[in-house]
Amino acid sequence: MRFGVVVFPGSNCDQDCFYVIRDRLAQPVRYIWHKDKRIADYDCIILPGGFSYGDYLRAGAIARFSPIMKPIIDFAHKGGAVLGICNGFQILLEAGLLPGAMLRNDNIHFICKYVYTRVENDSTIFTNSCKKGQILKIPIAHNEGRYYIDENGYSRLKENKQIVLRYCSRQGVVSDEYNPNGAKGNIAGIVNERGNVLGMMPHPERSPEASLGSDDGIYLFDSIITWLRKVI
Amino acid sequence: MLEANVYVRLKKTITDPQGLAIKHALDSLDYKDIEQVRVGKVITLRLDTKDKKTATRQIDEMSKKVLANPIIEDYSFDIKGE
Repeated sequence: MRFGVVVFPGSNCDQDCFYVIRDRLAQPVRYIWHKDKRIADYDCIILPGGFSYGDYLRAGAIARFSPIMKPIIDFAHKGGAVLGICNGFQILLEAGLLPGAMLRNDNIHFICKYVYTRVENDSTIFTNSCKKGQILKIPIAHNEGRYYIDENGYSRLKENKQIVLRYCSRQGVVSDEYNPNGAKGNIAGIVNERGNVLGMMPHPERSPEASLGSDDGIYLFDSIITWLRKVI
Repeated sequence: MLEANVYVRLKKTITDPQGLAIKHALDSLDYKDIEQVRVGKVITLRLDTKDKKTATRQIDEMSKKVLANPIIEDYSFDIKGE
């Protein structure tokens, strides 16, 4: 399983992703520089968290035009697995690979804490090692995480089972009280219609082992590997 | 030389927590008549051309592509100079 982690100027979770894939999962992984115009033969590409281009203009708005994005968009259109975490999610939205947009958190705070998310769809590339309704404890760390989509778009997300993770209580209750940032429908993660591109605000790479407070993040990476083993 | 100001604002239907916080601050200073505050941004472009028609078309195009995100933002612009 060949993983690629894209490095933009301002990415700061690239090394965490690299560590998890190489040291926890023992899979080959390489960094991909944002100025590259071509990508090697990867099975899964990760857009990591951080503050690409200082979040200038809008989070992800400038990174979306980095040279590497063209081959990544082609890779996604061909069905390649793409995981965007936090700023990576914002970049995927700006690039139009996922529907909707990100707004500033409704409490105007940068939020950095562990949250609980409920798995809404366990048949995706990224969640097949989970069970539907499973609760994952994974940290968030963002300023613009208020996912927004209009009502029609939201209905389409629900109909197509594109909502993968929702913020919830420890017991799995999804309500405003457990919505950290005001995201539409408590959305923490969505896939595209085809199901090969996932964007999520929580950081699975920051919760890969119990010593860090949770090892629930590993479910996402395990799922990708399980899926790749079947298709390669 | 032309100078353009592009105004980018959150769509009216979208909650603007920044504007709300500013309103609270103004309220606390006893400015009682303020009904709403919303925050946007101004992007100033200087263009090395005199061709307003082409500049208008280009600024409209770059606003849609980059400067504003049409899903959440509206934009408008004006152009000054000769």
